[in-house]
Amino acid sequence: RRLCILKGIYPHEPKHKKKVNKGSTAARTFYLLKDIKFLLHEPIVNKFREYKVFVRKLRKAYGKSEWSTVDRLKNNKPTYKLDHIVKERYPTFIDALRDLDDALSMCFLFSTFPRTGKCHVQTIQLCRRLAMEFLNYIIASRSLRKVFLSIKGIYYQAEVLGQPVTWITPYTFAHDHPTDVDYRVMATFTEFYTTLLGFVNFRLYHSLNLLYPPKIDGQADVELKPAEGKEYAMDSESYLEKLSALSASLARVVAPTHEDEVEMDEFPVEGETAEQMDARKKEQDALEKHKKLFEGLRFFLNREVPREPLAFIIRCFGGQVSWDKSLCIGATYDVSNPSITHQIVDRPRVEQQVVGRYYLQPQWVFDSVNAKLCLPVADYFPGVLLPPHLSPFVTEQEGDYVPPEKLKLLAMQRGENPGDGRLRDEESEEEDEEEEDDNDKEEEEEEEEEDESEKEEEMKLKKMEEQKTQSNKALPVKVTAGKLRLEDRQRLEQEQQSEEKRLAIMMMKKREKYLYKKIMFGKKRKVREANKLAAKRKAHDTAVKEEKKKSK
Amino acid sequence: QDIRNTVGNIPMEWYQDFPHIGYNLEGKRIYKPIRNKDELDMFLEKMENPDYWRTVQDKMTGADIKLTDEQVDLVHRLQKGQFGDVHFNPYEPAVDFFTHEVMIHPVTNRPADKRSFIPSLIEKEKVSKLVHAIKMGWIKPRKPKDDTPTYYDLWAHEDPNSILGRHKMHVPAPKMKLPGHEESYNPPPEYLLSEEEKLAWEQQEPAERKLNFVPQQYRCLRAVPAYSRFIHERFERCLDLYLCPRQRKMRVNVDPEDLIPKLPKPRDLQPFPTTQALVYRGHTSLVRCLSISPSGQWLVSGSDDCTVRFWEVCTARCMKTLPVGGVVKSVAWNPNPTICLVAICVEQSVLLVNPCLGDKLLYGATDQLLESYVAPEEERVQPVQWVMATMEEHSKGVRLVIQHSKAVKQVTWHGKGDYFASVVSDNSNMQVLIHQTSKRWSQNPFRKSKGLVQCVLFHPIRPYFFVATQRYVRVYNLLKQELTKKLMTNCKWVSSMAIHPGGDNIICGSYDSKLAWFDLDLSTRPYQLLRHHKKALRSVAFHKHYPLFASGSDDGTVIVCHGMVDNDLLQNPLLVPVKVLKGHVLTLDLGVLDVLFHPTQPWVFSSGADGTVRLYT
Repeated sequence: RRLCILKGIYPHEPKHKKKVNKGSTAARTFYLLKDIKFLLHEPIVNKFREYKVFVRKLRKAYGKSEWSTVDRLKNNKPTYKLDHIVKERYPTFIDALRDLDDALSMCFLFSTFPRTGKCHVQTIQLCRRLAMEFLNYIIASRSLRKVFLSIKGIYYQAEVLGQPVTWITPYTFAHDHPTDVDYRVMATFTEFYTTLLGFVNFRLYHSLNLLYPPKIDGQADVELKPAEGKEYAMDSESYLEKLSALSASLARVVAPTHEDEVEMDEFPVEGETAEQMDARKKEQDALEKHKKLFEGLRFFLNREVPREPLAFIIRCFGGQVSWDKSLCIGATYDVSNPSITHQIVDRPRVEQQVVGRYYLQPQWVFDSVNAKLCLPVADYFPGVLLPPHLSPFVTEQEGDYVPPEKLKLLAMQRGENPGDGRLRDEESEEEDEEEEDDNDKEEEEEEEEEDESEKEEEMKLKKMEEQKTQSNKALPVKVTAGKLRLEDRQRLEQEQQSEEKRLAIMMMKKREKYLYKKIMFGKKRKVREANKLAAKRKAHDTAVKEEKKKSK
Repeated sequence: QDIRNTVGNIPMEWYQDFPHIGYNLEGKRIYKPIRNKDELDMFLEKMENPDYWRTVQDKMTGADIKLTDEQVDLVHRLQKGQFGDVHFNPYEPAVDFFTHEVMIHPVTNRPADKRSFIPSLIEKEKVSKLVHAIKMGWIKPRKPKDDTPTYYDLWAHEDPNSILGRHKMHVPAPKMKLPGHEESYNPPPEYLLSEEEKLAWEQQEPAERKLNFVPQQYRCLRAVPAYSRFIHERFERCLDLYLCPRQRKMRVNVDPEDLIPKLPKPRDLQPFPTTQALVYRGHTSLVRCLSISPSGQWLVSGSDDCTVRFWEVCTARCMKTLPVGGVVKSVAWNPNPTICLVAICVEQSVLLVNPCLGDKLLYGATDQLLESYVAPEEERVQPVQWVMATMEEHSKGVRLVIQHSKAVKQVTWHGKGDYFASVVSDNSNMQVLIHQTSKRWSQNPFRKSKGLVQCVLFHPIRPYFFVATQRYVRVYNLLKQELTKKLMTNCKWVSSMAIHPGGDNIICGSYDSKLAWFDLDLSTRPYQLLRHHKKALRSVAFHKHYPLFASGSDDGTVIVCHGMVDNDLLQNPLLVPVKVLKGHVLTLDLGVLDVLFHPTQPWVFSSGADGTVRLYT
């Protein structure tokens, strides 16, 4: 089993289940014979055997209390390395990047485990180190693209060398360890993943001319030292802590020359029109802009917000971030610093407000990153009912249900000002009210739009129903000639067309008909679900409105 | 007071309930001091007695003892952790008995042992053992620590040759599904589950659930709890990665519109019947069968209400009603335009009826033809009896009665109008009989029964005879008297059969709602199997001139199809459904029982279980 996990051998679904399974169709797993033979040739098998022997000898020595033997055995403890397996499974670096998702998620999970029980402390520490190194790389390369606060954890998506890498980190709470989980399997996976991640990190750091293992940039280090040096006696520990503080930039092998922004040379690709070029350039510009989203902003994190994810995200987009000195090592400036532009707060009300900075809820950071622009801050003041947090991973296709907030966001991205007062004063209540009115109007407009779209959808539904009924029930044969003239032409034509279609469907071959019916069923289900969501939304909106009216 | 403890070192609880402790030398009890103090007395004593704090009860005797000052002092010292003895000094100056300085003289005067001058044998033995073990490789020298870095540039030299066949075969595991809006900690309100949805979610099997969590809304990030199934989900992912069988699946990515075959538009294939024009009402029960005169002017229908009705096609007027005293299973109008004669199956007999409609000359001639029969000299043994109609019957139009031994199912005319065949529901070889009207002579063409005959048919041009049993259609050559072909219909139970006027194509309707189109030149298997109807097919019909055929079924519809047969044999016939005609009301789960085309016009008649005959034009 361990070998299968390490070597990435998985069962195959046979083409003819009956043939393989001697005529029975019972569920069984099938491995390719080739794969098993491949496993036999693995040199690590011998290493595993050696290790087994070692464990047996050690146990024996302990039993006989021969301590010198125990010492000798422990000195000669056999070790194994997984380098060659990594290389074998991922012959190119890009392959490894493609499979990084699970590795990262696993490492982040293991790094949050308690130091006792479940697995070795070294593993946990290694996971923590590797995860932090990876985060630092992402900061250095500014390759984070999307973040999402879900109820399961926080999803991140970064683009590393053109490959999208998605990982999830749990919220920082103690785990209640389930009993029905085999931790040995997970540990085996983690063993492989840490090896993989280590090599990937090495390569990534070198691609950015950074030192590996990472060193915190010299001048930043000097700044930090006098303040924190005393409390953290152990150097090695403080190193990891500092690294995980994510506040300092990393040392480079080559001195950082601030001419990174060299204009990309344009290589006209053959067969590409000017428009495509333009589009590409635009995209590039947008990307650059996205990377510098928080450039020049100074954030301060209150102690109740999750520090690590927020610091990571803000640093990824060029912002500066600090926190309370007592919270964690690596704070660069104080609450009272007047240059702070945004303070991230997650409590219903802030007692002492300093003029000249925005007090915002953490969702603002996430939503801004996903929207690729700094959203208007008014919706995110402390104590305000937050707008829904949408998933950035959903790309709506035609016919899917799009929540109205998303529509609003898309409009904003296109550059239309939706009328939300950006320059709103916190104190003036009148404006507040006005704005509320504005919002109301807007909502109404939206609803109208929605209504229209719903009408359309209803029409569609009706049509579909008609088609259904026509196919099922009576044709309008009873219509007399006189009446026929009265009916509009369009409908007649439509009917004719639909009838033609039905007749054609009758002529389809059995297999194609089956496929067609399946596809149509899927489509209809999609439409039905979208309609359901829309109806729910509408009911909710009306309910909210009524409540508002009542309260007024 | 000197009361010694006389009981020894025993647990004092044993004497707890007695008034005494032990006995004296005389064997008298030694009584405990009387203790009858209650709480109040105790308290008073505590308050008043200045020595109460130094009073201790002696457990051995049960007497109260007042501690002296020295004793109290000792207790204090012990409590502080000091030595009990006041005079003991723990910090006396250390005396250096054995000096640390090395002296020139030995401590003892004893001479050195011999063993300190000669090498130890035991040690030698031990060393030699170790040496031997090292030599034999039993003890391995300590491995040098390898100081290669744990991580290095693994992909420094990417070798294109290292991409093995394995990697091309490798099926990468699908990535985890990315989260949607509903997984957000603060989703739009429409994604939250309502009460009944939540209930449904809980009742579903965990494997069947569409979402593996309940969408929830939290007002702020601070309120979001840890997800309790996080480790589970990672573990399941791990299991998926190494235990799930993988297979490359080709996802069909077709536009459903492309699947619909491109057929010629029905509009281009006109004429065909499109609307219901006339309804012939009059029958009170199922109308089982229909037939039309070769001129196309008259229609005859037989029904379960034991009548046969003659209709004028254009006006839907019932011209004549002929009660026959039995359920009419089949009617057939003589296809010869010069003869006006209808064959009607009623129970065990076939009636030949002259309806006396239309041209008087014509039906007069028919009568004459029938009467001109001269009985042959020698009577031949016949399977049936030919009986002249009685006077009463004659006045109604019945001319001849052919009495069979069993009930007759179907009757059909030969194209010339002289011969006709009847099907008897029987298991013997007497199922199919061929009759000749002019000679009033019948014969049994088959020596052996090949199964239950469903229907028979004459080839319109050539001397072929089609017999449909349950699953097969057999084609006999009547001249050579042999089996020419056996068509497999691929159906469970053939119900009806019709032949293209060209004679090369046959359609068979079956009770399992299939319609099989045979090309006789092509093969014995159906050229196409059409599954247009939802229920059993009752009858099928070809048009004489137009390339149309129709099928009537129990679902109450008549489907008219365009079936173009080219003269060029290389071209495949083109079958296109052009119209679904509805109108019959379902009664007793039966819809359309018979369909029939007008001989000249593109009109189709259908008779239904609702007792009507309908004309679609």
